[in-house]
Amino acid sequence: MTSRTNGEPLVRLAGVNKWFGELHVLQDIDLAIDRGEVVVVIGPSGSGKSTLCRTINRLEAIDKGEITIDGQRLPEEGKELARLRSDVGMVFQSFNLFAHKTILENVMLGPIKVRKQSKGDAQKRARELLDRVGVGAQADKYPAQLSGGQQQRVAIARALAMDPKVMLFDEPTSALDPEMINEVLDVMTSLARDGMTMIVVTHEMGFARRAANRVVFMDGGRIVESAEPETFFTNPTSDRAKDFLSKILNH
Amino acid sequence: MEFLSENWGLIQSAFLTTLSLAVVSGICALLLGTVLAAMRVSPIPALRGLATFYVEIFRNTPLTVVFFFLVFGLVYVDVQFPSRFIAAVAALALYTAAFVCEALRSGINAVPAGQAEAARALGLDFRQSLTTVVLPQAFRTVVPPLGNVWIALAKNTSIAAGFAVTDLTALLQRLANANADQLLLVFAAVVLGYLVITLPSAYGISVLERRLAIVR
Repeated sequence: MTSRTNGEPLVRLAGVNKWFGELHVLQDIDLAIDRGEVVVVIGPSGSGKSTLCRTINRLEAIDKGEITIDGQRLPEEGKELARLRSDVGMVFQSFNLFAHKTILENVMLGPIKVRKQSKGDAQKRARELLDRVGVGAQADKYPAQLSGGQQQRVAIARALAMDPKVMLFDEPTSALDPEMINEVLDVMTSLARDGMTMIVVTHEMGFARRAANRVVFMDGGRIVESAEPETFFTNPTSDRAKDFLSKILNH
Repeated sequence: MEFLSENWGLIQSAFLTTLSLAVVSGICALLLGTVLAAMRVSPIPALRGLATFYVEIFRNTPLTVVFFFLVFGLVYVDVQFPSRFIAAVAALALYTAAFVCEALRSGINAVPAGQAEAARALGLDFRQSLTTVVLPQAFRTVVPPLGNVWIALAKNTSIAAGFAVTDLTALLQRLANANADQLLLVFAAVVLGYLVITLPSAYGISVLERRLAIVR
């Protein structure tokens, strides 16, 4: 699954630190993600996992350290940053579909405005992607007319329309009703199978077991443990991870 | 009634002056106010500071003082407007832009932060995410407050009467002085002139509000 074109990891965080005022939310984070790798980040709430995810496309700026994507250092604000962000797909907990645009327009917006594709090309591709995530029939509706699970699948299609090098998922199923979680996870699993590089912040342990190459466990702003899913779930080394797993896996 | 028909030409031209004062300065204020609002939410501190300074100056200065400054003050630095009408448009537009800016800014703040984040995450730059994602949604929520600004502007045009622009209020002074016996009729005609502008606006605003409403 890991098809490395060169030795450089696709995403690399080195000595990353971030403070929210007094709170040290990210502490000396080192993390390298290879092409085609699927990394699931788990941990208790407030452990910094969402913030970590958001620093990778600089929705949160870091205070210290370095983040590179495909060998290129994350630029400061401006055109350069916008260009780099277009290569990093992001899926949010609250979907964030553009409320004033139809489903189809949501998926077409990035390719037209950023990639300067023609309307026809963008529309053709958008319809393919919407079919792929199973919401092709809803193309002309507005986001509020769709269920949460459908909206999140549209959000995935919207990110895919940019042909991103890597996809970030920030708790993509946490705002969904239980019966809609699987339809989103199915789309994500098939993406992982197709070789997409993915960083997924989630509480879905089933998905981690099924689709991840590696599980990263965070607590208190630090990466406490990083291991293959089977190793992590059956034989965690840190006490903090054992404690966390005992609390969530009992139910 | 004979009195009205005798002065119909005057009434008509005064009405058109008031209407064009309101419309022209309204459009200018909308454009300038939008630019100011974009500056106030921009990531560049200098732009934010400049726009805030502008808004506080014009929002807190009486409109009559703004008129005075543009008509009599600027002469001292050798700036003169081609006509009193244009000076009045400038005063009304500069003043009203501050209120348009604040109405729009409240609308921008009402758009959930996730909308702009999603736009930026797609690779849209600040200007693109503002113009294609945030502002179109902000405009929808600010139709009622912008409607208030528009109606206030339509009535504020009356201050131009004090600066040699022959609008409805100037007509009121002129006809009332010359025809004291017809005072009520003159008042009625002038008030009706303003109502013809503001009442359909109020209706238009409520239609626009319903048509633009978005489901969240």
